[in-house]
Amino acid sequence: MYDVAVIGAGHAGCEAALAAARMGCRTLLLTMNLDTIALMPCNPSVGGPAKGHVVRELDALGGQMARTTDRTFIQIRMLNTGKGPAVQVPRAQADKRLYMLEMKKTLERQPNLTLRQATITGLARIPPTAPAAPPGADLWPRPAFHLTSHTGQAFDAKTVVLTAGTSLAGRTITGNATLAAGRAGEPPALGISDALRAWGISLGRLKTGTPPRVDARTIDFTQTVMQPGSATPISFGFYYGDMPPGWVLERNPIYPAGPETPWRPQLPCYLIHTNAATHETILRNLDRAPMFNGAITARGPRYCPSIEDKVHRFRDKPAHGLFLEPEGWETNEVYVQGANTSLPEDVQIEMLRTIPALARAEVMRAGYAVEYDYIPPSQTRVTLESKSVDGLFFAGQMNGTSGYEEAAGQGFLAGANAALHARQRPPLILQRDVSYIGVMADDLVTHDLVEPYRLMTSRAEFRLLLRQDNADLRLSPIGRELGLIGDARMEAVERKRWQIDREMERLPRVFVSPAAHATLESTGAAALGRKVSALDFLRRQDATYNTLVSLGLGDLTLHPDAAISVEVAAKYEGYIEKQRREVERIRRLETWAIPRDFDYAVVTGFRAEAREKLMHFRPATVGQAGRILGVTPADMSILVVHLERLARSAPLTHSPASL
Amino acid sequence: MYDDTIVAIATPPGRGGLGVVRLSGREAWRITGELFTGRLADHRAVYGTLRDGERGEMVDEAMVTAMAAPQTYTREDVVEISCHGSPVVLQRVVALALRHGARLASPGEFTLRAFLHGRIDLAQAESVLDVIQAQTEAGLRQAVDGLRGRLSGALKEAQDVLLGVQAYLTACIDFPEDEVESQAVGDPKDALERAAKMLQDLKASAGAGMVYRNGVATAIIGRPNVGKSSLLNRLLGEERAIVTPMPGTTRDTVEETANIRGIPFRLIDTAGLRSTEDAVERMGMERSRRAMERADVLLLVVDGSMALTDEDTALLAAADGRPTVVAANKCDLARGTDLSQVKAPVACISALTGEGMDGLAALLESAALGGKAAPSDAPLVTNPRHAAALERALASVTAAQRGLRDGLPQEMVTIDLSAALEALGEITGQGVHEALLDTIFSQFCVGK
Repeated sequence: MYDVAVIGAGHAGCEAALAAARMGCRTLLLTMNLDTIALMPCNPSVGGPAKGHVVRELDALGGQMARTTDRTFIQIRMLNTGKGPAVQVPRAQADKRLYMLEMKKTLERQPNLTLRQATITGLARIPPTAPAAPPGADLWPRPAFHLTSHTGQAFDAKTVVLTAGTSLAGRTITGNATLAAGRAGEPPALGISDALRAWGISLGRLKTGTPPRVDARTIDFTQTVMQPGSATPISFGFYYGDMPPGWVLERNPIYPAGPETPWRPQLPCYLIHTNAATHETILRNLDRAPMFNGAITARGPRYCPSIEDKVHRFRDKPAHGLFLEPEGWETNEVYVQGANTSLPEDVQIEMLRTIPALARAEVMRAGYAVEYDYIPPSQTRVTLESKSVDGLFFAGQMNGTSGYEEAAGQGFLAGANAALHARQRPPLILQRDVSYIGVMADDLVTHDLVEPYRLMTSRAEFRLLLRQDNADLRLSPIGRELGLIGDARMEAVERKRWQIDREMERLPRVFVSPAAHATLESTGAAALGRKVSALDFLRRQDATYNTLVSLGLGDLTLHPDAAISVEVAAKYEGYIEKQRREVERIRRLETWAIPRDFDYAVVTGFRAEAREKLMHFRPATVGQAGRILGVTPADMSILVVHLERLARSAPLTHSPASL
Repeated sequence: MYDDTIVAIATPPGRGGLGVVRLSGREAWRITGELFTGRLADHRAVYGTLRDGERGEMVDEAMVTAMAAPQTYTREDVVEISCHGSPVVLQRVVALALRHGARLASPGEFTLRAFLHGRIDLAQAESVLDVIQAQTEAGLRQAVDGLRGRLSGALKEAQDVLLGVQAYLTACIDFPEDEVESQAVGDPKDALERAAKMLQDLKASAGAGMVYRNGVATAIIGRPNVGKSSLLNRLLGEERAIVTPMPGTTRDTVEETANIRGIPFRLIDTAGLRSTEDAVERMGMERSRRAMERADVLLLVVDGSMALTDEDTALLAAADGRPTVVAANKCDLARGTDLSQVKAPVACISALTGEGMDGLAALLESAALGGKAAPSDAPLVTNPRHAAALERALASVTAAQRGLRDGLPQEMVTIDLSAALEALGEITGQGVHEALLDTIFSQFCVGK
């Protein structure tokens, strides 16, 4: 019997399987097709605001996505520089094929992990192992799972992580052409939806879409604006030393090269714009757009609108920007970022050709919309375990999220929790003030979705604490406890923490003199009136840690991330302190558990709306209850009075509240 | 329930010479230290003065009892500030505590904390619930009333402006590669300026709103037999006080509420202030002085048919610096008073015939509203919780403006703006994040 069986080898499944196997569990990873492991069916990029934070967090916890991306990107850039320390974040363009190969290699070499191609059609529970089981058999005191494939293979597992993505009863739509499919060209996973329904789990339906890919040979690159990669090294992983070498292939000569970036060869992206003719073509064909003619009814994401939706809703906007993104070093396929559509193919082609750079463009794959089943996560715990089926975990797109990074973050959380469950250890809960992954898990279980969920920095109320430069300081201790961060790496993390502390003690004691500051002609900074401590100097908006280095006052041994942490701690001390205090203020609510069997129906005093919402979401803590829309502070007061009363009246009989 | 420090007025509104403001939570002592000159001692009443640190101005004298946990009502650190019972003073003390980091207590929250900390036994849990429910329902009714009409419109306007700026900045941060156009918002600096102005107006209306809601304690003072009780009766429109031509008839203070131009004036008729040997009368006069002390507005009655006496002048001097209206009574008789030296606004009236009463009403209204004109179409904030939330929203908008001016990164500005929106959301009960996303996606074409 496996400890953990993961169904689906997309971004969630890969992280789930690796986390479980690395925690020492016998792990099985099942996929319908071994050749599509870690496929990026949509955009060829990883990172960006909030999403990139998750990738950094995964690395800090001992996850995989950051390292696989670092090894296979064709370009990386730092976004939001100058907009604030906590929203600065990298984004990379991946070589899609290399990413898949690299991930498959990592899975194949992982001890404790078995990789199997199988389409699971049956999911059933089996009774606990009898005490009289033959010697050598696994003892498992709870019901386990019995999985069967369409070819008759069978597997038993103590826990199951379901990461089926969009393939649950999936349906792709391009114009009038509708196909039962998980992703373009793949069969949908049928049967699992039925098993879930049989367990009383209800399903909802969502929609998302992807743009067409065009042949690079038919693009006029002279009509585009080049977007080169970073001139200086950037990575998602925390390396505390040299970054491992990237997997660089020969650049397809069809792509104009960007400026040399000696630290790593990179491939640019190319910016183009739509115009009046493009918009006219789309509007003229709206009646053939499934989003508009009623062929698609499921809700799509507002943050990822189709091009027809953008043109229709923002008629005043004369042009929409589109990015041409090569899908790899060698391929001719170019992803048209921003043009996701389910218009008929002929309209897609006509529309693209109105843009000068694409006047002769040939589409290699048409864009399409995909509708799929998801499991409304009010049925799921913040650990990503099903509330109704013990030991069954859900992660990724089937929880209603979109994005590879969101999927990977959940995959890690679900995989780690499945492993902990199999070991009968307490679950891993990532709090909102500690990680974006925690923000996402908490949002999912306290809100009903109106569209696929995407992480955004604005969803994190404590985002100044959740910076990309300190993800390791926040999370590596947790990764360490899970057994995913080794001694040497943990030492490096603690050394970085120590460096920051020491530097914060040193800076108030060294001083910048006006004379020395005046020698810095290049900074263009306002003159210094009087001698100030290096700490106060850093508080100036125009000063950076590098300025201190130029003044001979910096510590050259400081890790670059540590330098950012020091700079942020100096500059935004007041803001950070405020968020820390707020975290302290609510900490008690976050750990104040509500018993799983708490009966809201008999509690008097709730307003009707609050009672209904509380019964729907069944929050695990008072903190979660407070985040449910429609639950007021007065309702929370009523709730805690009843919890306290319950605790006093039956201190020994009611189960210790667990999450 | 939260681990922060709460504050509220502990005595019933608008009654009694003494009022108590209570704080509970770990910062109760520190916060009190910021506004009280006395040296706090555990479980001991200490005399001192309350000061508004910002203006250095004395607010009131007070007896303050600080109590360290756990031997307190809530089992947290508790401070009780006893000062004069005027709603204006009490609200100012609460406002000072809020400024120094306290939070306005929710209905029943002191009791709730006492219960959660095991101070109150199980049998009392029901009554805790009753308190919360009853006050919640009352609060809800009030909130609904307050939010109907003009206030909700004005709040929504300010909120929309802030949401617009927040949506713009957030869209820039979360969709860095989209071309986010600021047309919908205009210059964020201008927009914030507009929002700040709206919030300031709303906050200013809160002062007036409190006056309309809590009423104004008004002491009717004057020498004996100038017609104070007749005036009281005229204002009340009914016979209440004993009116006789004999000086010194009113031996006790009489308190009645008259609705003047929509404002509840709690009129305190005082025994005529005059040096006297009569013991009963002396007691009445002692009460009068106390009534003067706790009044928000003084209504000084003089006999307009004769020249000001030394006593009148002394009373005018005593009232100097306080909101005062002078009623020159008996103007139906010969006018014998030279009022040109009187600084306070004067109305010539006849309590007997009702002449000049409209003019007096206008002066009283103006004195109650702090010299400002009555709000005609301005929305009124009448709920102290709303006023506190407005104050916080305004402070956060001001911080955001400062951030923009000092060139802080956009992110810091968004943090201040979320705090402002959260504070307004407490009034409107609207989920801030959902509203923000709606604004982003309806105003900006973002996302790939």
